Amino acid sequence: MRADAVSKSYGQREALKAVSFAAEAGEVVAVIGPNGAGKTTLLSILAGLQAPSSGTVSVRPAEVGWVPQQPAIYSKLSVAENLRLFARLERVADHDAAVERMLALTGLEARADDELGRLSGGNQQRVNIAVGLLASPSVLLLDEPSSSLDPRQRERLWELISSLAREDGSTVVFSTHNVGEAERYADRVLVLADGELLFEGSPAEMVRAVGSPERDFEAAFVRFLHERGH
Amino acid sequence: MRWLLVKDLQILRRSPLLLGVLVAYAVVIGLPVGYGISAPPSKPRVAFYNGVPAAENTFDLGERKVDASRYADRLFEDIEPIRVDSREEAIAKVKDGEALGALVVPGDITEQLQNATELPGISEPPTLEVFYAADNPLKRRYVEQTVKARLADANLALSGEVTKVAAGALDVLLAGGPFVLPTGTIDVLGLRRAKTVLLDAQRKLPGNDPQRAALQQVIDFADVAITSLNFANPVLGAIAAPIRVETNEVSGGGGSLEGFAVAAAATIALMFVAVLLGAGMLALEREEHAFGRLVRGLVRPSALLAEKVLLAALCAFAVAAGLLALLALFEPVPLDRAPRWLAALALGAAGFAALGVAVGALTRDVRAASLLSFLLSLPIAALALVPSGTVGEAAFGAIRVVSALFPFKPTLSALDAGLNEAGGLVLALAHLGLLTGTYLTLARLALRRFAAQ
Repeated sequence: MRADAVSKSYGQREALKAVSFAAEAGEVVAVIGPNGAGKTTLLSILAGLQAPSSGTVSVRPAEVGWVPQQPAIYSKLSVAENLRLFARLERVADHDAAVERMLALTGLEARADDELGRLSGGNQQRVNIAVGLLASPSVLLLDEPSSSLDPRQRERLWELISSLAREDGSTVVFSTHNVGEAERYADRVLVLADGELLFEGSPAEMVRAVGSPERDFEAAFVRFLHERGH
Repeated sequence: MRWLLVKDLQILRRSPLLLGVLVAYAVVIGLPVGYGISAPPSKPRVAFYNGVPAAENTFDLGERKVDASRYADRLFEDIEPIRVDSREEAIAKVKDGEALGALVVPGDITEQLQNATELPGISEPPTLEVFYAADNPLKRRYVEQTVKARLADANLALSGEVTKVAAGALDVLLAGGPFVLPTGTIDVLGLRRAKTVLLDAQRKLPGNDPQRAALQQVIDFADVAITSLNFANPVLGAIAAPIRVETNEVSGGGGSLEGFAVAAAATIALMFVAVLLGAGMLALEREEHAFGRLVRGLVRPSALLAEKVLLAALCAFAVAAGLLALLALFEPVPLDRAPRWLAALALGAAGFAALGVAVGALTRDVRAASLLSFLLSLPIAALALVPSGTVGEAAFGAIRVVSALFPFKPTLSALDAGLNEAGGLVLALAHLGLLTGTYLTLARLALRRFAAQ
């Protein structure tokens, strides 16, 4: 997946300033940055939710699995009904098989007939991710996927995401506020601030780029932003 | 779109309380409002004291006896009388607020009537006393106008009776015949017969008799009197009913009051169900955060809007049709005109659903959508039901313009035309089609802004 000089303006405000990057198959990329940096705007443009003011994205929305920050599923429908509905809307050839596959992947077979609103936030997020994976997309975009989860649920979520990249060769791009998660699960990080892409590289490269005595990625990230006036 | 419709129906099926309240609300509001606006105002309570003893209710009018109480009954057609035993008690009822007014018939009213017919222009006309509560000018005017209108009716009926008696007397004067007097019946010669007698008498006189000229003068007078009195009867008829009323409708339909009530009740039910469901179900997509996921390639926004309009219109149609079936138990719903009122129901439902979807496209969650729907629905229904003539010309013009921007008025007109004999169905349906398209366009524009957020 490639983004070339993607910019987005809302009136006079520039939310994204000519952001370019590429992500390979099987690669996990984290987009980090302070609040208002443009992370969600970048992901929503990559997902096809909104059009960029200028620049291009190489993938079509149909090729991208989109997992928004808050579960975008129906609380009055059961787990299986949600999956079946989106499988039909995605025009998945064998939607029943896709539903079974996602139930197995998320470990929610036993809760298939439960109304979604009765599930925990973690389980709802797993269904949310499963919906994003129904059409077996080559690219998976996740906006703050672990923000509402407890540590145990978070661990299981990252196991799932890592396995998708490792075993299925999916490209995974996620945004997060949790710098530790980015360091732990991402092959590469993109640092955005005020809509500008300030850094692109591995967490270790970030630490080296700061050139400070700190070996801690979070401290290096904070120092990196501070040095650039953020 | 099919799967979204199935999904929404599943969601509604799993919200029985919400759905039940929505349907019950539409029916519970629709029925009383529909019947309330079409029912005539209730009769004002008026204290009534009749000082005339029952045995003295009649007075003589020529050879006839007329019962005055028959004319008093006309007063009670539009008022609810509280019969009391004295003038003072009648006034006390008004002061206490139990009655809006009091009507006092003096004990000598029949005597006054008798005098008025026997000595017209000399005796005082019969007089009734009316008392009003002045605490509420609106109520006072209402009672005053009601009593005056009914008194005018009674006066007219009485003058009609007097005219009939006078016309009978003139007939006798003209043609002759028996005439009843208090002292007995006499045979009146009559002008025509008198003229014949005079002509005979004149013929029998010698040609140079000076009495012939005098008789000729009397014959001429009889001729003039006969000619004049021949005109008297039609003139008296014209006096008895000087103005004829010809009623014509220049706008609106000619349906019955009950039929209009049914149309109004169904329109209100359609409005609440369609607007609330259309707004709520579209806002739900946003509240559940599913909107973005849907419109990024799974469903076109226009298809999503069409699905919501279809869902809301179908549900509203079902509720309104059920309401009509219920009302058919009390007020016949014409089955021979079913295609007409079904078309009105369908397009009305579509118009309201499109309005609801436009509201839903402007709001972020179901609660805001519902609140906005209520805030919008109630005034547009109230404005559309304001009858002409109750407000100033400019205000009514503004009300007509505002009402034309919303589907309530055209739906009511279409249903009234479909259910009753009222006309204007095609125009109302075309109006609804235009409004449906306009609201869908507005909703589509609002969604564009919505998607960019």
